[in-house]
Amino acid sequence: MYIDPHIHMVSRTTDDYRRMALAGCVAITEPAFWAGYDRSSAQGFHDYFTLLTDFEPRRAAQYGIRHHTWLCINPKESEDVGLAREVLAIIPRFLECPTVLGIGEIGLNKNSRNELTVLEEHIALAARHDQLILVHTPHLEDKLKGTKLIIDALRRNGAVDPGRVLIDHVEEHTVRTVLDAGFWAGMTLYPETKCTPQRAADIIETYGRERIWINSAGDWGHSDPLAVPKARLEMRRRGHGDETIRRISYENPLTFLGQSGKFAVATKA
Amino acid sequence: MAAQTSSSSVRLTCPVPRSKVVELYFLEHRAKLLDLAAFLDRLDRAEDDTAGDDFRVAALRRAAGILVDGVPDRARRILELFSDRSTEPIARAPMKGALGAAECAAVSPS
Repeated sequence: MYIDPHIHMVSRTTDDYRRMALAGCVAITEPAFWAGYDRSSAQGFHDYFTLLTDFEPRRAAQYGIRHHTWLCINPKESEDVGLAREVLAIIPRFLECPTVLGIGEIGLNKNSRNELTVLEEHIALAARHDQLILVHTPHLEDKLKGTKLIIDALRRNGAVDPGRVLIDHVEEHTVRTVLDAGFWAGMTLYPETKCTPQRAADIIETYGRERIWINSAGDWGHSDPLAVPKARLEMRRRGHGDETIRRISYENPLTFLGQSGKFAVATKA
Repeated sequence: MAAQTSSSSVRLTCPVPRSKVVELYFLEHRAKLLDLAAFLDRLDRAEDDTAGDDFRVAALRRAAGILVDGVPDRARRILELFSDRSTEPIARAPMKGALGAAECAAVSPS
């Protein structure tokens, strides 16, 4: 039994839900993200948020998987601050939905000034509405700098409890900074551009199993919706016990996400 | 040749002994090393239209040195080597994606 706390099912097929259920997935959370193209209006985001809060929970439920979501305008679309503010304005009306866990995945992409402005406004929105925050850190060469800028922005707000923020896509050069600052850390299992299952297991061995989880971040790109069970297998091959494996892939997500008061896992049939 | 084993200051946190680590992972990483060697050979066989190493390849060659320097935390240090070392936000995002190495990664920090 496992939770995949970050996956973009809007980009995946129903067959993937079936395969995930067969592998033991009981719950997922789906952050709002970039669709591969820039949406041209706030109405486009309204329709996307409706899909995330209505259609996907029903599609997941067919396979006994509980679906939850996070809302935002992704940093890849944050250069247009005017559009971002229009999207921010429609988010509060969705926050009462029973499957919306908070604001995410917000963060930075290329570490630009406009991205930072929109990030700060998302953080303020989350603080105002007492929402959990899921943070996307930048890709590859931009991650180290972006992670530091994001942590500075979260601290500047002054009203954000680090224990209610998960900073995702950490790797060996950012995980310590995130954990030492009191935030939760997510490791994304990607074939090439983030952590492999082997490196995720290395990080757990090096930095411990407190406030850390694994996720697939499966989407329309090169990714694997079964990455979490594959990482569980990797840890088992290497001699980790069931307690540690369950902690990383089930208990820790349950603890962090449970702070929303809305997160639930499917009960066994 | 630099030291082949980790520093004595490294904490022993891997749940299996070295012999088991070798048994589990040697062939996988032998294959990855050959892939890297073949990639560099492929560059040699390709027409040079870049007036020297692409900055990403230059960074890769620097990173390869970390593999055999005998110092722990190789993955963290390689990721840091590939990273943008600037600290201020940039004026405007030039693109959506990332290239894998910052241009500054091709040269040692001054």
